[in-house]
Amino acid sequence: MTKASAALAVLAAFLIALPAFADNYLLSVATLILYFAYTGQAWNVMMGFAGQLSLGHALYVGIGGYVAGGIFYHWGIGPWAGLWVAMALCVALGVTIGFLAFRFGISGVYFALLTIAFAEFTRIGFDHLDWLGGPGGLFLKVAQRDTWDVANFRGPPLMYYYTILFLTAAALAFCAVLLRSKAGYYWQAIRENEEAAQALGINTFRWKMLAVALSAAMTSVSGVFYAFYYNNLFPEQVFNIGRSIEIILGPVIGGVGTLFGPILGAVVLTVLSDSLTELLAAIGWEIPGIKQVFYGVVLLAVVAFLPNGIWPAVAKRLRL
Amino acid sequence: MLEAKAISKSFRGLRAVREASFAVPEGGIVGLIGPNGAGKTTIFNMVAGVFRPDSGEIVFDQKNVHGLRADQICAAGIGRTFQIVKPFAGLSVLDNVMVGAFLREKTTSGARNLSASILEKLGLGPKRDLPASSLTLPDRKRLEVARALATRPRLLLLDEVMAGLRPTECDQLVAVFREINRAEGLTILLIEHVMRAVMALAGRIVVLHHGEVIARGTPEQVVRDPAVLECYLGEETEI
Repeated sequence: MTKASAALAVLAAFLIALPAFADNYLLSVATLILYFAYTGQAWNVMMGFAGQLSLGHALYVGIGGYVAGGIFYHWGIGPWAGLWVAMALCVALGVTIGFLAFRFGISGVYFALLTIAFAEFTRIGFDHLDWLGGPGGLFLKVAQRDTWDVANFRGPPLMYYYTILFLTAAALAFCAVLLRSKAGYYWQAIRENEEAAQALGINTFRWKMLAVALSAAMTSVSGVFYAFYYNNLFPEQVFNIGRSIEIILGPVIGGVGTLFGPILGAVVLTVLSDSLTELLAAIGWEIPGIKQVFYGVVLLAVVAFLPNGIWPAVAKRLRL
Repeated sequence: MLEAKAISKSFRGLRAVREASFAVPEGGIVGLIGPNGAGKTTIFNMVAGVFRPDSGEIVFDQKNVHGLRADQICAAGIGRTFQIVKPFAGLSVLDNVMVGAFLREKTTSGARNLSASILEKLGLGPKRDLPASSLTLPDRKRLEVARALATRPRLLLLDEVMAGLRPTECDQLVAVFREINRAEGLTILLIEHVMRAVMALAGRIVVLHHGEVIARGTPEQVVRDPAVLECYLGEETEI
């Protein structure tokens, strides 16, 4: 067993055992970290692997959550069925954006603007969609916290913790396999130099579309999780560009294009910002927006000193 | 094997290539020479599917290939290198070549084995785990060749791969191409300014000037052609 896989096994054992000694607050922080790790991993497929910058990933989280949440709210059908509808819709949206961009040669920062535009007008559209609550929000019936209703994904925090832990682990394994496969090589080639990639026989349009579709599908699962964990959805919140930025901060700080960057970035950001707010609350300071300021400072520091993110530097130090 | 029939290409009124015709026989090595701006790279880009010719036809293996996309051309069996090298800078040397190898190799291990053997052949074996961004220019040119070879082409387009090489390195690379041409029957079309390499490799030479073919023939014929001497090689050139 290599050093890296040994470390991974220890980490997995620790996370599986965590609920045994963690209180509810700690468990909710861990759930939040894993949520950002998973979502960051999904975004990383598109940007980190294939080099297509999306600044509108809140779109897929929002659609995923609203669709599965709406199906449950109106018809009482649990997310195991709703998930597939949500996923299909997110893939369709992603493919539409991808087609518009890649077919008409919109790339780089203009592609990013297109992703923002889609997220924004979806937000405005949902404000007028009364069936899903409009600006007043969609509220799912709050879960019974003591029974595990797996069919409807309602239950105690522990259930959500283990679900998101499984999702994060599965996404990590899946991405590790992808990166070592033909798809991983092709995406990285497109990211590094699209013209050269095409000269080597790669249909860049098709492979970029695949990256967008896969990333959208993975992110839709985050949305479903979000809806059933928080039980409320507001267009103003879920589709907000701030949410999209929050998704990408983890992988950017941890290391874009790396497997562990999104996870490390989520840990660093969530743990530090939560302890900062706790600390400030303890000494009696309540500063609104301090979290955003903190994110900005961390981002500046990483861009200035570790432009490839924290993970590559850590991996080098640990000789992984 | 490859035949260009009266192909032309203009850029905003500038006629880069006009009615150029030439043929590359199966198993042959053909050199494309001429002064800077003669239209050599434009011809390459038309053959490789980067630009569509304004008029004319390009036939590869009895099939019209003009107007196909670059990736379709590559899949059809035409590999190319770029004059201005385009390595995948963030990937290792081996990974660069594996990207090409995946065109015909389905498995990662198959692609890795093929790539490793090509890198050995080109003398890049010891550098396979380095990031491509750390290579010197001559090594980057070799990497271009390795990547193109990994797609298992039947026709290889080489765009000034000898430029910047020392004479001994140039001779080594010439020997590599000769060997691949002889052993595997790989057909080669090369743009080259290094006459030492052209004379050693090419069986036929096509000379371009101002976008037009002004001479063609064996190396011996071409270097004595007065038109070629005047516009490109110069009266005093010693080969």
